[in-house]
Amino acid sequence: MVRTWQSRDVKTTAIVDALASDLSGVLGAREVSNLRRLTGGASRETWRFDADGSAFVLQRVRPGTVGGLKQEPSVLLMAAQHGVPVPELVFDGSASTALTEPFMIVRAVEGETIARKIQRDDAFGLARQNFCRDAGAALAKLHSIDVAEVSGLENEDQVVRYRDVLDFLNQPHPTFELVFHWLRAHAPVSQRHTIVHGDFRLGNLMIGSKGIAAVLDWELAHLGDPMEDLGWLCVKAWRFGGAAPVAGLGSYDDLFASYEQHSGIAVDADAVRWWQVLGTLKWGIICISQASTHLSGVMRSHELAAIGRRVCENEYDLFQLLEGEW
Amino acid sequence: MAHPHDVPTSAQLLEAVRQWLERDVMPAVDARLQFHGRVAMNLLAMVEREIEIGPDQAIEHSQRLLTLGCADDSELAQRIKNGEMDDRLDEVRALVYASVIDKLQVANPKYLEK
Repeated sequence: MVRTWQSRDVKTTAIVDALASDLSGVLGAREVSNLRRLTGGASRETWRFDADGSAFVLQRVRPGTVGGLKQEPSVLLMAAQHGVPVPELVFDGSASTALTEPFMIVRAVEGETIARKIQRDDAFGLARQNFCRDAGAALAKLHSIDVAEVSGLENEDQVVRYRDVLDFLNQPHPTFELVFHWLRAHAPVSQRHTIVHGDFRLGNLMIGSKGIAAVLDWELAHLGDPMEDLGWLCVKAWRFGGAAPVAGLGSYDDLFASYEQHSGIAVDADAVRWWQVLGTLKWGIICISQASTHLSGVMRSHELAAIGRRVCENEYDLFQLLEGEW
Repeated sequence: MAHPHDVPTSAQLLEAVRQWLERDVMPAVDARLQFHGRVAMNLLAMVEREIEIGPDQAIEHSQRLLTLGCADDSELAQRIKNGEMDDRLDEVRALVYASVIDKLQVANPKYLEK
């Protein structure tokens, strides 16, 4: 299964038929069928379709999104070359106008992305056992890529970035101020400077019966401390209610052991914790931002409004995480 | 505080709407609307809790801010940010933590059980 939620945005079959026709032109395919919209990210539309008997996924930039596809197709290629499991890039449309907005087409990878199913369904028992091994291996390989091989990735101080976002949102959160204070006082001396996936967690990983089949959603890839990816994977929100620290599925020890085995580099647990704290804070700030999307009228939604009252969950998580560490 | 309104109280009105959603609406709609319906019911329950325990929480929060010499959370956040609380951070953390617990008691008390 893939993410199949038929969007209300698909108003008419005419739009779908026109896109199918354009896709068939792009791929030189005789027949494009089963074209349907999947859930996508904030800045992307995601579609799945069959062309001449094979399944593909189209990612297209939403109209009005600044920055286009950025470096995503080239990062995807680079990751594939270094053994990171990723969907095969079939067409790089980052500079094309064939579908109006920039796009890319990848070969569909079968599996599951919904965390609840991965955590509970019998079909993923082996995948759950292998999760830490696969995650450690994928991240070790990604982080081994020479940064000189890719250009154009952002290289921004993540603390400064989210400090600015919180200041922009202008909502008082004394807990977050205390945590910014802690982050500045305990910043790890970054040992390495690598490509960082930026959103490596359940939901963005295609899980097959044996483990991670593909790492998806590279739109937040940037340069930075590779421990950011390990810390983000351990943020409580990404455990989806599970008790185990790594994605609700595994232990720190198993993740770190796999990462060390595949990278030859010892993991500094304190650095991962620091990134986990920043990740938890970052998720809290994103929640404030989502509620403000409702409050400002950009998108009126009681679901977005409700997220504003979940910020205190992040604040609580931060106090739990930093107990005895202040 | 005295007010001129008849029963049902505001909390009882919200409860009535929430129970109607649960009893009549939820079984009659598809999975997507059920998800949004559950979010709506959670919000109504949240406001019911705020109506019940919010006034006492407001008194305690004012007391905390008074202890820290701040008019409101904005001033407290600003002063932590500016380093003006650096000599009493343990005390600040304990009081801020208490306010986080109060927020969760209204927003999602089950979160405290985990």
